[in-house]
Amino acid sequence: MQPLTSRAKAVDRKPMNLWERMYIPAIAKGMSITFGHMFKKKPTVNYPEKQRPFSPVFRGLHVLNRDEQGRERCTACGLCAVACPAEAITMEAAERLPGEENLYREEKYAAKYEINMLRCIFCGLCEEACPKDAIYLSETFAPSNYTRKGFIYGKEELLIPNPVTQPEEFAKAKG
Amino acid sequence: MHLTLLAFDWVLLLEKAVLILIIISVSLLVAMYETWGERKVAAFMQDRRGPNRAGPGGILQPLADGLKLFMKEEIIPLTSSRFLFVLGPGLAMLTAMMTSAVVPWSSHFHLWGRDISMQIADVNIGILYIFGVVSMGVYGIMIGGWASNNKFSLLAAIRGASQIISYELAMGLSIIALLMITGSLSLKTIVEQQQVGHYYVLLQPLGFLIFLICAFAECNRTPFDLSEAENELNFGYHQEYSSMKLGFYLFAEYVNMFISSAVMATLYWGGYDIPFVNDAALVGHWGQNPVAVLQVVSLFVKILIFIFFFMWVRWTIPRFRYDQLMRLGWKVLIPLALANMLATGAFILWKG
Repeated sequence: MQPLTSRAKAVDRKPMNLWERMYIPAIAKGMSITFGHMFKKKPTVNYPEKQRPFSPVFRGLHVLNRDEQGRERCTACGLCAVACPAEAITMEAAERLPGEENLYREEKYAAKYEINMLRCIFCGLCEEACPKDAIYLSETFAPSNYTRKGFIYGKEELLIPNPVTQPEEFAKAKG
Repeated sequence: MHLTLLAFDWVLLLEKAVLILIIISVSLLVAMYETWGERKVAAFMQDRRGPNRAGPGGILQPLADGLKLFMKEEIIPLTSSRFLFVLGPGLAMLTAMMTSAVVPWSSHFHLWGRDISMQIADVNIGILYIFGVVSMGVYGIMIGGWASNNKFSLLAAIRGASQIISYELAMGLSIIALLMITGSLSLKTIVEQQQVGHYYVLLQPLGFLIFLICAFAECNRTPFDLSEAENELNFGYHQEYSSMKLGFYLFAEYVNMFISSAVMATLYWGGYDIPFVNDAALVGHWGQNPVAVLQVVSLFVKILIFIFFFMWVRWTIPRFRYDQLMRLGWKVLIPLALANMLATGAFILWKG
């Protein structure tokens, strides 16, 4: 049969000669290999202290965006919830009252906005569906938790810090 | 009556008791850090980092491991033979510790007007004592495996026992060639001879190699760890053990490694002799005590190199199959040791 690649090698089944049967040279060779590995660079990343950088297109934890005056952009239109293939997003809309113009950009806003991080598949379709640039996928992932309840993120967890009152935190969250 | 009591050297007794205490705690400490070292060496050889969370560089890892073992539930199987089940690990530990009694750790200290020997007992049959105690080591494994009342443990124990007995033979034969040269069974005398002349590894390279291989087998270390072959026998002879009884078995292995390294260094690598230096001249320069400290350091460096070698071999060579093990022991090592013995004897006769 024609060999498929040029790398094929016939197995050597000759009986071992005395030198090979002593095994000591082979063992010495093996031990020099293991010893050489002691000084090799280790590929391990010391995780909590050092973190591998995410790629800029990484789709991680969601962020609810604010505009430059610190008003929430979300108008609770529900397009993200419709687009979500995992049905992880629920929301309740409310009407903006007079005097709340500094909190919400338009006259309707999301009173409740929840994403179940256990259901979410981080596909980014909500981000694409949003007409108001209100939801983004950031470069972090959901930290571990002891209960399922802990994975249902509400507005407190999702909203980005206010750029007017908390500029430092905003810059940090923006990355 | 009163006179005989007074005539007894009570200070000597105290001296020896303190020495025993020190040596036992040092061997336990070394065994502790051998577990850490083993994991580190294994990790480095596999391009990993090894334990590095508990303390800097994972230096507190053995304490964490020990604490974990202490916290575990102590299980004694209902069908086991209760007394022997408890006796097994104790015996393993005892025999591991007992060998250290005849190893000279240094020449002697001169303190408070006394020459304090750094050897617990300079018996003139030191090597025979070591062999006696080492062959007792089989009982720890055998009793543990049998008392567990478990097929796998029993199989492992029998395998371990037959392995240790087979390799003891070759070990003894390789030592005979050495004893022909030394003419003494006392470890102290053997070290003193090496201080003046050559290290015996130069005169007995083959004997040393055989002794080394047999020491691996006696310690149940990896190319010969048939008695705890995890993938064949679940865990081997200590499968039914938990908590600190398991810890004792694992610890005994590391103590064994330490002591057999010490014995190998003493018999073939000059023991506490400082290499490339004339120790007697050094005593004239610096006095007895600093040199004695240096000698302890020198012996420990040799021991550490051997311990590293043990680990290095463990993470390089795969385990022997049972028939290969027996063939190596009976058909290779024993004839080699016999030939070595004959050659040494002929050489000594020829030299006169």
